[in-house]
Amino acid sequence: MLRMDPFLTETPTSVDEAVALLAAHQAAGRSTKVIAGGTDVVPNLKHGLFDPEVIVHIGRVPGLKGVVDDGGHLLIGALTTLHDLSVHPLVQQHASGLARAASLVAGPQLRRMGTLGGNLALDTRCLFYNQTYFWREALGFCLKKDGSLCHVVAGGKKCVAAASNDTATMLLCLDAEVVLQAPTGRRTMKLEDFYVANGIKNTVLEAVDLLVQVRVPKAASRRFEGYAKLRHRNAIDYPLLSVGLRVDVDGGVVSAMRCVVSALQARPHKLPCDAWIGRAFEHRQERQDVVDGLKQLAFAKCVPVKNLADDVVWRREMVRVLVQRAFDEAIGEAS
Amino acid sequence: MTRPISSPVRVFDHGSTFEDAALRRQDGDHGLGMRRRKIDGHDKATGRTLYADDLSFPGMLQAKLKRSTRAHARILSIDVSTALAMEGVFAVITGNDLPAKYGIIPWTRDETALAVDDVKYIGDAIAAVAAVDEETANAAVKAIVVEYEDLPAILDTETAKVTGQDARTKVNPFAKKGNITKGVELSFGDVEGNLERCRSEGVVVDADFFFQGTTHAPIEPHCAIGTMDERGVLTVISSTQTPHYVHRDLAHVLGLPEALVRVVQPPVGGGFGGKSEPFTLEFVVAKLSMITGRPVKLLYTREEVFYAHRGRHPMQMHYTVGADRTGKLLAVKSAIDIDGGAYASFGMITAYYAGQLLTGPVAFNSYAFNATRYYTNKPACGPKRGHGSVQPRFAFEVVLDMIAEKSGIDPIELRRRNFAGDDVLLINGQQMNSSGLIECLDAVRTASGWDQRRGKLPRGHGLGVACSMYISGTNYPIYPNDMPQSGVQVKLDRSGRVTMFSGASDIGQGPGSALAVIAMEELGVLQDHVRVVLSDSDLTPVDLGAYSSRVTLMMGHAALEACRTLREQVQDAVATIWECRPDDVLLGHGKAWHAKDTGKAMSTKEAFVLAEERYGTLGAVGGYRTRERGGDYRGGTIGASPAYSATAHIAEVKVCERSGRIDVVKVWVAHDCGRALSPVIVEGQIEGSTYMGIAEVSMENMLYGNYPKYGETPGPDHVRAGMLLGPSLLDYRIPTTLDTPPIEAFIIEKPDRNGPYGAKEAGEGPLHSSIPAVANAVFDAVGLRLTELPFTPAKVLTALKKQASSSSKAAE
Repeated sequence: MLRMDPFLTETPTSVDEAVALLAAHQAAGRSTKVIAGGTDVVPNLKHGLFDPEVIVHIGRVPGLKGVVDDGGHLLIGALTTLHDLSVHPLVQQHASGLARAASLVAGPQLRRMGTLGGNLALDTRCLFYNQTYFWREALGFCLKKDGSLCHVVAGGKKCVAAASNDTATMLLCLDAEVVLQAPTGRRTMKLEDFYVANGIKNTVLEAVDLLVQVRVPKAASRRFEGYAKLRHRNAIDYPLLSVGLRVDVDGGVVSAMRCVVSALQARPHKLPCDAWIGRAFEHRQERQDVVDGLKQLAFAKCVPVKNLADDVVWRREMVRVLVQRAFDEAIGEAS
Repeated sequence: MTRPISSPVRVFDHGSTFEDAALRRQDGDHGLGMRRRKIDGHDKATGRTLYADDLSFPGMLQAKLKRSTRAHARILSIDVSTALAMEGVFAVITGNDLPAKYGIIPWTRDETALAVDDVKYIGDAIAAVAAVDEETANAAVKAIVVEYEDLPAILDTETAKVTGQDARTKVNPFAKKGNITKGVELSFGDVEGNLERCRSEGVVVDADFFFQGTTHAPIEPHCAIGTMDERGVLTVISSTQTPHYVHRDLAHVLGLPEALVRVVQPPVGGGFGGKSEPFTLEFVVAKLSMITGRPVKLLYTREEVFYAHRGRHPMQMHYTVGADRTGKLLAVKSAIDIDGGAYASFGMITAYYAGQLLTGPVAFNSYAFNATRYYTNKPACGPKRGHGSVQPRFAFEVVLDMIAEKSGIDPIELRRRNFAGDDVLLINGQQMNSSGLIECLDAVRTASGWDQRRGKLPRGHGLGVACSMYISGTNYPIYPNDMPQSGVQVKLDRSGRVTMFSGASDIGQGPGSALAVIAMEELGVLQDHVRVVLSDSDLTPVDLGAYSSRVTLMMGHAALEACRTLREQVQDAVATIWECRPDDVLLGHGKAWHAKDTGKAMSTKEAFVLAEERYGTLGAVGGYRTRERGGDYRGGTIGASPAYSATAHIAEVKVCERSGRIDVVKVWVAHDCGRALSPVIVEGQIEGSTYMGIAEVSMENMLYGNYPKYGETPGPDHVRAGMLLGPSLLDYRIPTTLDTPPIEAFIIEKPDRNGPYGAKEAGEGPLHSSIPAVANAVFDAVGLRLTELPFTPAKVLTALKKQASSSSKAAE
């Protein structure tokens, strides 16, 4: 069995204690890692991808679980499990695409351990990175960890490991915000600003930060939302490609539209959709016209690289198929 | 000695077995063919079973291996001094500590437990550490420094063909010529003449196929524990399918008398051929325990299981097949390149099996094959469920579909017309006593609605058929000897209990349950009164292991012989008391019954007491050896088996033309196992084999980094050459339950005179035809002939696009 290197553990019982512990260990020069469900952190520890001296387990911090409707937003605690998220009545009612995305993460056991916060902070993934120490050593390591070469892009200097979090794709479509707690206080930022195009670390989360809440604005008008995930097996697999789509309709025309394609590179790719605002979206043909245009745009803008173990030409072909599938999901015509 | 087989061919499926069992009960047939639990089922389902890694001993050390990061390199130096000096490290060994060469086939001993002089693939073992715990052992492994001189990596058969003339490009120095492990060329009848005839008046198909290699992926990784006692007796407990061969090679490599080596096989969590020979870990734990005087355990990680491999060989195959106007097959010719990996393993046999196992149940008038296995710098291939014959069967059965299409003959009808028949000598000299092919084809044809649906479904939706046969053990043991291939010892006593001792390996396929069924059938005892002791070389007679689908047939005969000796004693003792003929004493349902006087009965316990009073301590032995011979030519015995099973599959698929994804909607499979001793287990084997085949068609993709190609200048990332891309069950995908189609399994019973009660194999045959059945269904669905496995969506979509562009060109 793969073993983990030894580390110290801390089990804070409040958010303040957690960030204070993170700050204290950082100040003392000790590397830290936050763990909740552990479904991403533990395998990465076993592969030697993370090598913290201290693990801060926040799984027992009260008040970070559950979904609340404050009138304008759904407030979702970062420790809400992916399973709970996928079956929660408020989420199913106000953010059905998010419920669906959460339901497609990994398998049932992992969804009962894995949390929303953990999924949003999921480490980027790459065929040449998510492997054992031995394998990576034989490879000559890579620029994301322990080495300097990129094995995906010859001569590449920027890590292109793929954002592989299903919920992020959909939450970006929903204009979600994240609430971060630091020793200096709380701050709220757009999820869009949370992710950066750097595969080595694709979020702005600092080592002393704790992601505590996700805020999802509720729809002001009629909304269609859908999520589609490309994978070979109907469980377990990370996305080879994922597409989130949201169309708000007011007075028969598109009032807002978002489409995010992910599992390409480090940052989920947000497509510019403003051109469709004001377009009719009532009749079948009107809707199909919108999605046909979106498919063309997505195909032109989204070019998968060889960071995941599958044919890149095929993955690119699948961009259009997945946009259609997300659309079918959104308007309730998924087969 | 054997009961004459008079039962007609019977077909039963899930629905009819209850009645069937009731009928048998009236016959007094209370053991054989009943639906019952496996004797080990409850313990496995509840977690009570102790596998090798569950065992622990006082003072036990943990071992870890240093493995090669190079695909092909000379070892310049190994520095173990830092590792050896670490606290908690008890011993470090390298290749020079275990220099003796070994190998499962006595003629191809071409590997050492740890690399000596050179490494042959990424993952090849170089050194071993024994330490107080796994963490310390891992740290010590990291501290070992190996200096290499890189050599060219030979990664495919095309390159292997043109290299190996010099030491730098020779993968394994054992190869006498180039990089060849074994070449086989055999010919039967006038192939060229027949092909000529078919070209002028008939049909000839020429086609190329590629079978990507696959691995076994047993859920239990390999694990072994070694310990040596004060008397110098070495015990090795190992998760193996072949404890007897492990026993022999341990003695050979360690220089110990076989009498001082004990090999124990605990319950095994899956093998599928991946644990069929001695592996590095068994020698390492033995040696380390001898050095340290402590028990030593080594459990492979999942990644190491991929490096141990011995999985299905990649094969590049060319077939030329000719038929006359009526669809009668006149000639089959094949040329096969086999990618063997770094060691021979069973490779000599693989090269033969690639040709020898194709000659039934569909027969042909002339046959020539040419199969060559090459060494390459990758983990060694070996036997995986359907050893050597799954790949050719895929190619051949697709070719049959092409001939059916060209000749305008229904694919099932084509196979029926070419059925070899019963009690026939196949073209290569192998005797096939029985084959239920026709019954198998009929069963799946009816169940699937073939006649109403095949060729008539909308585009994207199709049905395909394929069939096959497989051996039930081989006539000759792996090392030449005239001793039994399987021995069984049976003890019964005044308690009413029967204890069966057998060296057979239970890897989940159920020989323990088979022994219990035979004891019940022959001695009349209840299942709970049978104890089974398996595979401990100090306690049990020799059995050669779980490979070649040999166990039920060979162990079954041995058990029958022993049980019948005891039955005669019991019958005789009871008959004396009842003053009747021994034949009138029937044993069944835990009782002895008088055949002609329903008032007379006693418990088996009472009957055993009478027998023990009359004959003294009760025990008997039985053994099985083959007397059949194969063809009278070099290699003619390889693939010769006492009995051959038959299988037919029909697969229903839907092909998504947008994504290229093949969805296997349903599979019907019928398998002739001669006689099902335990129908539930047989169905499990049929379903499991089919599942494995579907996995190999659709998902399992064993890819290696191949940059740079041979002859190219290595770039900065040249170490990628020969790396297995994703040695984990996340990257190497096998289907989950959600990805597995409903499988409807039919047991066909066409008893064979060479099988115990007529039984033949069921563990490997039902894999073969599942793969070509899917390929042929894809043709029915979208008119594509897919010839390269696996059928990934990327490949299928590319083929569909090519089809669309060529048909639009044709339209212009």
